[in-house]
Amino acid sequence: METLKKEKTASTKQVTKKISGAEAIIHCLLAEGVDLIYGYPGGAIMPLYDELYKFQDKLTHILTRHEQGATHAAQGYARVTGKVGVAVATSGPGATNLITGIADAQIDSTPMVCITGQVARHLLGSDAFQETDIIGISTPVTKWNCQVTKASEIPEVLAKAFYIARSGRPGPVLVDITKNAQIDEFDFSYEHCTGVRSYKPYPKPNIKAIEEAANLINAAKKPFIVFGQGVILGQAEEQLKALVEKAGIPAAWTILGLSAMDTEHPLNVGMVGMHGNYGPNLLTNECDVLIAIGMRFDDRVTGNLDTYAKQAKIIHFDIDPAEINKNVKADVAVLGDSKVTLDLLLPMIKNNTHESWHNEFKKKHVIEFEQIIKNDVYPTKDKLTMAEVIEEINIASGHKAIIVSDVGQHQMIACRYAKFKQTKSNVTSGGLGTMGFALPAAIGAKMGAMDREVVAIIGDGGYQMTIQELGTIFQNKTPVKIVVLNNDHLGMVRQWQELFFESRYASTVMVNPDFVKIAEGYHIESKRISERKDLKATIKEMLASKDAYFLEVKVEKEDNVFPMIPSGASVSDIRLK
Amino acid sequence: MEKKWFTISVYSENSVGLLNRISGIFLKRHINIESLNVSKSEIDHVSKFTIVVYTTEDWVRNIVGQVEKQIEVIKAFYHTDEETIYQESALFKVASTLLFDERNIQNIIKDSNSQIVTVSREFFVLAKTGRRNEIDEMYQQLKPYGIMQFVRSGRIAVTKSEMKISSLLKEFNQ
Repeated sequence: METLKKEKTASTKQVTKKISGAEAIIHCLLAEGVDLIYGYPGGAIMPLYDELYKFQDKLTHILTRHEQGATHAAQGYARVTGKVGVAVATSGPGATNLITGIADAQIDSTPMVCITGQVARHLLGSDAFQETDIIGISTPVTKWNCQVTKASEIPEVLAKAFYIARSGRPGPVLVDITKNAQIDEFDFSYEHCTGVRSYKPYPKPNIKAIEEAANLINAAKKPFIVFGQGVILGQAEEQLKALVEKAGIPAAWTILGLSAMDTEHPLNVGMVGMHGNYGPNLLTNECDVLIAIGMRFDDRVTGNLDTYAKQAKIIHFDIDPAEINKNVKADVAVLGDSKVTLDLLLPMIKNNTHESWHNEFKKKHVIEFEQIIKNDVYPTKDKLTMAEVIEEINIASGHKAIIVSDVGQHQMIACRYAKFKQTKSNVTSGGLGTMGFALPAAIGAKMGAMDREVVAIIGDGGYQMTIQELGTIFQNKTPVKIVVLNNDHLGMVRQWQELFFESRYASTVMVNPDFVKIAEGYHIESKRISERKDLKATIKEMLASKDAYFLEVKVEKEDNVFPMIPSGASVSDIRLK
Repeated sequence: MEKKWFTISVYSENSVGLLNRISGIFLKRHINIESLNVSKSEIDHVSKFTIVVYTTEDWVRNIVGQVEKQIEVIKAFYHTDEETIYQESALFKVASTLLFDERNIQNIIKDSNSQIVTVSREFFVLAKTGRRNEIDEMYQQLKPYGIMQFVRSGRIAVTKSEMKISSLLKEFNQ
């Protein structure tokens, strides 16, 4: 019995003569519509690099400065394009350096295919030079992985890899190819994979469940939508907007749902979660129907599960059956692709406005504005705040930029205050919280959206974890805008130390180098500012630049991010100070 | 929530590395696998994992969801002991002298419904199939006389209710 469904398409290039496994990899990539990959060469992957050299007019390879950078760049590319990002590395340390990016892509459902070289088949298990069991190492953090030891297996495995990476709930796939399989020749032909019998990426929508959901929504007095990245991955932005507007439901986003809906939409009430907005968090425990769409009730969103939305009926829309009842029990579970299920739901929804309920959010916003937002965005103190930098970028870019943030205080500030008109505009490491993500991810984001402004917002800590990717930016003349919000601390950890460890700042003070000189070393236009009077003009200058630009903003050293739900506390216990 | 014994049945493609992928799901949650058996199933080229865990129903549901999510897993189920017919097998290697010198050994063999698989000059081997407690009981009875070697298999189980796999596979081929 066949376990794969395959399909030849017109676009599939068929090569009739015998070719090497390495050349076959190139043809597979081209057949999958790949024209840009990231990677780093080494011994066990050299046959593939030799072919990349020959095919450079068709397939661009970007040499990053570290394999981790290749994965984050592939992720950034995938997140803004919706296409599969591709990263290539050699065996051993090359392969292990991919792991952080793979784990990040796994937890943030990013489609990515990683190809690693491996020692020749006859050397497997012999502790050969640069041999490592990358299949064993990557298993817990990949959606699927596979080792190829024969050239003839390459087309089928790569077809399956791309199909699995992009279908259903997307994720990273790793294909490990031994050196002999890259060198040996075989008769190449390519068929796209269109199905794997043990894998059901798109659960069939259950009409009864959708009707139940519609009944609950129509009867609700205080309905509340929380949407996540599932809306973006399912391309259901229009459907979400239609639902919100038709039923008049206030909607809030998880960090990865950000930009699925215009941040200025009157029914978009902000962010849920640990550093989310006051209203959405507090009112989670007052709504009567909670409609979760393409989100997974992460602990940073829910706080203490025992006190999370206990009063509400929960409707959970998700494509992944394993997410249903994983953290929060659903009263109604609607499995399926968000676009498909919301399309089925919409005709069943009655028009409504829920004005007084919406006013509750507005009242809470006023409190948050007075106590936090005002001081963050329009500070009266001397030192610059992170939020006013984000606000200047909002103004100067007209809410049209792609914002790539790293991890920490600046990330929370960026996600709280950045404004977006367009979907797929917020690129950040949400689930894994990978410091060092932003600089390489911004390279991939820019290459995936050359017509758009890409601004990386990075802290002084995370910046130094992948700072070497400035070399990639320099070599490829990638016009990304890099903003380092420098508070000379590992700010988020320092904030926790201040609040929960009696200000014992253990290893969170950073003595930093001259970042401007480093950028200059890579011939990247750069500037440092520390005063408010220079902010507006500098941001304008940065965005006006046709080339890469590095801006260091010296900000207040010991600012804290509020609101905050302390770890393990209830969403009702959100603190304003 | 109360902890119980659960038997997890996993139908899967026969592929390299899947055992590692499945056991990793237990590892990640710090849950010990009490017993594991992998064999062919009633369907050609489809493997069956039988995994026994002692945990809460919430956890076992979560685990089965994650197991089923693995690409090469066709379907996974969990059942309580009451919902399954299950057995384990054990082999006991005992010194042959005991068979002749110790009268009680023969009683143990008879009472436990075990079989003598082989007898040689130095040792004989007893096979016992049954529930875990029955095998444990026999082990305790033989122990005072000296057991040269002992091994017990993983649990194998069939369920009283149907596990619909064939129809799932047919669906794919339509």
